[in-house]
Amino acid sequence: MRHSKRGAAAAALAASALVLAACSGGGDGEDVTLTYATWSDDQKPAMEAIAAAFEEAHPDIDVEVQVLPWPEYWSTLQVGAAGRTAPDAFWMLADQYPAYADNGQLLDISDAVESAGVDLAAYPESVMDLYERDDAVYGLPKDYDTNGIWFNKALFDAAGVAYPDDTWTWDDARAAAQQLTDPDAGVWGIAAPIDRQGGYYNSIYQAGGEVIGDDGQAAIDSPEAVAGIEFWTQMQADGSSPTLQQLSDTEAVQMFMDGKVAMYFSGSFWAQRLYGDEAVRATTGVAPLPMGEQRASMISGILNAGYAGTEHPEELAEFLVFASGEEAAVLQAESGAVLPAYAGTQQPWLDAMPEFDLQVFVDAVDYSVPLPIAGNAAEWTGLESEYLAPAWNGEQSAADAAAAYNAAIDEVLAE
Amino acid sequence: MTARAARPPARRRRAGGLGPSPLWGYAMIAPAFIGLAALYLWPFLKTFAKSFMDTPAFGPGTWTGLDNYTGLLGDGDFWDAFANSGVYTGILLLGVPAAVVLAAMIQQISRGRAVYRVLFFLPVVTLPVAVSMVWRFIYNGDFGLLNWALSLVGVPGQYWVADDTYAIYAIGAVGIWMSLGVNLIILGAGLQAIPPELYEASAMDGAGRVRQFLRITLPLLSPSVFLVTVLTVISALQMFDLVFVMLRSVDNTALDGSKTIVYLFYEKAFVQFDQGYGAAIAVVLLLVIMLATLLQFRLQRRWVFYD
Repeated sequence: MRHSKRGAAAAALAASALVLAACSGGGDGEDVTLTYATWSDDQKPAMEAIAAAFEEAHPDIDVEVQVLPWPEYWSTLQVGAAGRTAPDAFWMLADQYPAYADNGQLLDISDAVESAGVDLAAYPESVMDLYERDDAVYGLPKDYDTNGIWFNKALFDAAGVAYPDDTWTWDDARAAAQQLTDPDAGVWGIAAPIDRQGGYYNSIYQAGGEVIGDDGQAAIDSPEAVAGIEFWTQMQADGSSPTLQQLSDTEAVQMFMDGKVAMYFSGSFWAQRLYGDEAVRATTGVAPLPMGEQRASMISGILNAGYAGTEHPEELAEFLVFASGEEAAVLQAESGAVLPAYAGTQQPWLDAMPEFDLQVFVDAVDYSVPLPIAGNAAEWTGLESEYLAPAWNGEQSAADAAAAYNAAIDEVLAE
Repeated sequence: MTARAARPPARRRRAGGLGPSPLWGYAMIAPAFIGLAALYLWPFLKTFAKSFMDTPAFGPGTWTGLDNYTGLLGDGDFWDAFANSGVYTGILLLGVPAAVVLAAMIQQISRGRAVYRVLFFLPVVTLPVAVSMVWRFIYNGDFGLLNWALSLVGVPGQYWVADDTYAIYAIGAVGIWMSLGVNLIILGAGLQAIPPELYEASAMDGAGRVRQFLRITLPLLSPSVFLVTVLTVISALQMFDLVFVMLRSVDNTALDGSKTIVYLFYEKAFVQFDQGYGAAIAVVLLLVIMLATLLQFRLQRRWVFYD
């Protein structure tokens, strides 16, 4: 009995090896399998729907969606590309993009884009800017995210503070955060972590500053940029936010969902999670970021990119164009997972969560600023908490911390 | 020589039709050797070579001689990481005497000894990531179990893994707990090899429990203790997973002051795409582990008792 079981297992193993061999064969008119690597479980259903729609139109192509855990995503991709075993299609982010695009790791799909007649103006300009290269197209944006204020209506009502709206200035935000803070109840007005995309980069540009200047050097020590950083360090000094330590033990979004913080400045990408929790859904509101010297919101977007070393460049290019196209965008929007990049396809996303005023995030595209990228961005953004935490903790002035960080960024950029 | 000359007839008979060819021996070890060569030796040689290169994110690097190594000497992060790994290793070494005492105590239990062994061994077979997640909850400064327990006895709580004053110690405590199981198995085996007559005889001579432990158990257990110590140092210097899972949250400011040497290696090689520099860190770590192990073998003559 035991023997026959083992025999069956061996047969099954051999059979699966044959199947695998058949899959990885490909080429000459046989079925082609493309792998598509992502990092989001939330978006898996939408990505599988897109893969299925593409397979329907291309019966000889099989698209396999893989979800890699976020902490390992980039190391897996890099090792895969270096070892020539990278997935065919994958999600790419702007800060990682230069390393891949400028080292010949990404498939140029400009021919496929041209022959499919893709209108590049259908994608937000500031997202396209992040990925622009003179001589090639290394993928098309899949989605984008802008920032707004997620706020807890119940906490605002309890404190008798008017909800944030599009007339809000920095001063309004600061005053409201103070009024909303109630130490006895364990409630803070705002979450003020060291968060570049949802936090201090926005306020730096709202103050008229820049993170990286036009000359390609760090510009985070300018008076405007320092004012943008002070917006957050003041919140900490006021006691209007949990401390950095508290925020690293319990993430800001979790604090917001638990009703511990009344405002969380962050991206549209939380919509699905906040909407998914019925209690949170009922008390959550959305408003534009407050106005500084001007309006500004960071914008970022995922690029559908392909591996230059793929065995099936033509099929892959076709899939990438499809995955960032209008039909795929509508599929994404309907799932509520993210705000699709393709113009005119945002409505289903807005309709998927009617209780939230998500139009705020779509409107923010008009005053959006691409996430600043320069040199080895992974390296200098990694130094951020080391240099800026003293300002957040009140051990150093924002100006001193910004000056030190500025020098550190320039040192990395000079390498 | 004469003894060997006398042997061949017997050997030929045993080897049968396969003949005395030495190739046969190599063929037998080939599977293991090829596996080791492909999975350990080749990557090691590649790493060693890369440590002398300036490597771009992709593609071949250029030879830069000792640049990576001289860079390491002047890199404050590198020395900090070494200090942190040293502190962590020191903490885990404190776990060795604790394991010896525990093993001796478990040995005294006549019923249900296996239950204790299983309880202490459970963390070893549990997924480190899962373990780390649970410990993060326990250490949480606002809602953690540890601070709650401390508050019952009037001790103020801390942000254990969000404050770099405590983070490396908090992780060290988890490290001890996770390594205890294996240490107890090794030490338990060593204890069972001690002849019970020695205890009986010494008891008749009037020796108490403590005296027996110091005069009989410890000397006879010392080879096992030595093994445990060597293994502890090697694995502690390579610690990565606990920092990765317990300290790497959205913006944990404690991470900067608590990076271990392998974490720094990971960050340089796989986050910042600087594989040459990462390779140099790995080579230095290898040398340090070799030296630490050699040193221990040297020192063992002074305290390890082989009968």
